[in-house]
Amino acid sequence: MTLGVVLSAAKDLAVGRPHASGHNTARSFAALRMTLILLLLALLAAPAFAVEPDEVLADKALELRARAISAEIRCVVCQNQSIDDSNAEIARDMRRAIRDRLTKGDSDAAVVAFLRARYGDYVLLRPPFDPRTWLLWLGGPLLLLLAARLLYRGAKRRAAQVKAPPVDLSAAERRRLDALLRDDEAGRR
Amino acid sequence: MIPEVGHYALVLAMVLALAQGTLPLAGAAKGDPGLMELGRTAALAQAALTLLSFLALTWAYVVSDFSLLNVVANSHSSKPLLYKITGVWGNHEGSMLLWVLILALFGAAVAAFGANLPTTLRARVLAVQGLIGLGFHAFILFTSNPFDRLDPAPFDGNDLNPILQDPGLAFHPPLLYLGYVGLSVSFSFAVAALIEGRVDAAWARWVRPWTLAAWCFLTLGIALGSWWAYYELGWGGFWFWDPVENASLMPWLLATALLHSAIVTEKRDALKSWTVLLAILAFSLALLGTFLVRSGVLTSVHAFAQDPARGLYILGFIVLVAGGGLTLYAWRAPKLAGGGLFAPISREGGLIFNNLLLAVLTVVVFLGTLYPLLLDALGGDKVSVGPPFYAATFIPLSFPLLAAVVFGPLLAWKRGDILGASRQLAAVGAVAIAVGVLISFVAQRHVTLAAIGCGLSAWLILGAIYELARRIKLFEIPVGDSLRRLVGLPRASIGMTIAHASLGICTAGIIGVSVWQVETIALLKPGDTLRHAGFEVSMETPREIDGPNFVAERGRITFKRDGQVAAVLEPERRIFKTTRRQTTEAAIKTTLLADIYATLGESDGKGGWTVRLYHNPLAPWIWLGAAFCALGGFVSLTDRRLRVGAPLRARRPAAQPAE
Repeated sequence: MTLGVVLSAAKDLAVGRPHASGHNTARSFAALRMTLILLLLALLAAPAFAVEPDEVLADKALELRARAISAEIRCVVCQNQSIDDSNAEIARDMRRAIRDRLTKGDSDAAVVAFLRARYGDYVLLRPPFDPRTWLLWLGGPLLLLLAARLLYRGAKRRAAQVKAPPVDLSAAERRRLDALLRDDEAGRR
Repeated sequence: MIPEVGHYALVLAMVLALAQGTLPLAGAAKGDPGLMELGRTAALAQAALTLLSFLALTWAYVVSDFSLLNVVANSHSSKPLLYKITGVWGNHEGSMLLWVLILALFGAAVAAFGANLPTTLRARVLAVQGLIGLGFHAFILFTSNPFDRLDPAPFDGNDLNPILQDPGLAFHPPLLYLGYVGLSVSFSFAVAALIEGRVDAAWARWVRPWTLAAWCFLTLGIALGSWWAYYELGWGGFWFWDPVENASLMPWLLATALLHSAIVTEKRDALKSWTVLLAILAFSLALLGTFLVRSGVLTSVHAFAQDPARGLYILGFIVLVAGGGLTLYAWRAPKLAGGGLFAPISREGGLIFNNLLLAVLTVVVFLGTLYPLLLDALGGDKVSVGPPFYAATFIPLSFPLLAAVVFGPLLAWKRGDILGASRQLAAVGAVAIAVGVLISFVAQRHVTLAAIGCGLSAWLILGAIYELARRIKLFEIPVGDSLRRLVGLPRASIGMTIAHASLGICTAGIIGVSVWQVETIALLKPGDTLRHAGFEVSMETPREIDGPNFVAERGRITFKRDGQVAAVLEPERRIFKTTRRQTTEAAIKTTLLADIYATLGESDGKGGWTVRLYHNPLAPWIWLGAAFCALGGFVSLTDRRLRVGAPLRARRPAAQPAE
């Protein structure tokens, strides 16, 4: 998809956004477009697929581990893709690095640590749990607990309300009720 | 000439939106029926003018009028007619025009079918719709005008992004927008109710069909987008937790919550202020979704519009709409006294549980989507939030919600009997647990997920069937009487059964693909055979194909099982002539139980081609489930009690004096 981004940016350029003005715009479009098309053709040599057959390890168990790790590592030049899904050159290099390390006997954790040391936390699609991300990880569960507590207290209060004996009428209310009852009877008669 | 008519109509529509957004409000405040009535006329006229404007742009696309910048940028004379038309909304400016068109049409629908609404409420609802419309009209005219001309006109256009030239993606945006924008009606009703200071059962009854319709379209829109990703992106995935996907999932989750809480407000006069809050938040999240996609703030697959001025405008607009709505809520909601009391274990309690978990799930997705942005903006740290995060948070939190779905309808209003319900569901529960245990022996990876998922799936489907059977007293009374009861059931109840069962179908599909997918990536030479998921797979030498605006290599891959041909797939790799961009066209053969899926890659120059083959058990169930889910909604929508004009028609026959 990186390719796609480059292309769409290039396309916008070639067309010119609304602010592009001047009488020679059309001619410069044509020149620009030609250059871009040449550039794009060069870019198209990139492989169309993510994992290519020549990367796949012969050892099935090792390959499965490599795939599982790649699915958790972000392709650093892509938009929100794991290196397992990306066809970018760097993703390919990272996949190769993972398989290299695994064949040399590294544990999964060691491979991830290696990638993290090289590219930073940014490559981890499962963000690390530390003070920066406490809110991210715990926000949902915390809200659940908080709301559950509120609901529980609300339910208790309502239960208490239902159980509490009805409050006696005040003197004023009593008079009003008597008056209403009198009217009612008068009306019926 | 025609584009100018469209442009002019759009400007007029904006002015009408301004009138619609202000005068009826004043009318409602002063009790002036003339000013209030003006809202209806303005809403209808605004919709007509916006439609005219949209048709003008469509015309420019159909005839390939390359004097329009927008057409040049996104179309080409050799493009098939279907994609010329869908190209209208395959770009930023055109899609915003579609947005505002749908908004205006919803406003017109309220004006046309809202005859039974109290006059002041209708005036205020239409005014809020008008104000939202004003915001979007101004956005289009001042930052994203699709009618900008280009002089001199180029000879041909630059063509539409090839991955958008696909039937799935052609109809994904309109459906999604019908959902997003439909929620604007719920929002307008909420704001109008806050202004009036009154929320009652009648209000909830008016809000429900609009929310339900929006929710159905949103469900279909999301499903179509996911289906498109599945067959077009070519690696067999169906949901990537991409910020733009999340942007549509969040309003869906809250709209689902709103659907359920509005039932409590209608039937029991409770949860009023919560329902109003959900209506405000659901539409705010729909706006947020529009912002995330349109501003390019999240650089992702979908963000093909990148211009900070637009982003800032939409952001300001969200602050105004959501902030305004929430401020009004904080001010007026305390006056909305809650109604009917109920015990924690009751139908109401079950629906609160549903709302609680849906809200928590929304927060999880919200944090996951926006946290990287916020952290980046605050501290300069960069973190990524991807599928593993959601697998660890969203998925487990959704389990109790899915488990509770079956209990809800069995609990009585006010005070339910959970023990009684459990006893009734004992058989269904036993089957579900048996399925889970059985699966835990069969599954080779993600064993826990597979067992819980499949168990839940059986629980949901059988639970829904059991609930229906109980309602129609199947096997308790003669079958004929049961069938008569079935026909007599309220449509809303049948819709609910379908939608709840569909969750089980969808869950099964998701688990099937996640747990039992088989992938083979190999270099295949014509004449060679490889083994994949129990098939012998062979390929003929790919042929060159000349399409309308692309050239392609088309492979012919044969899948045989025990010598019998099971499937012949013809995947393509297309190169579009104008943009020189490549797309993979996966070929899929589906039996209802599994998809056989193949994509074709590049030649290695030595007579071999890279192929990616997938066997995706139960994959069709994902979209089948989603389709059933929306179907359930549509069936409910036909319920007499929910039909917008129903109370009116019931009253009409009695002669009424002129108003």
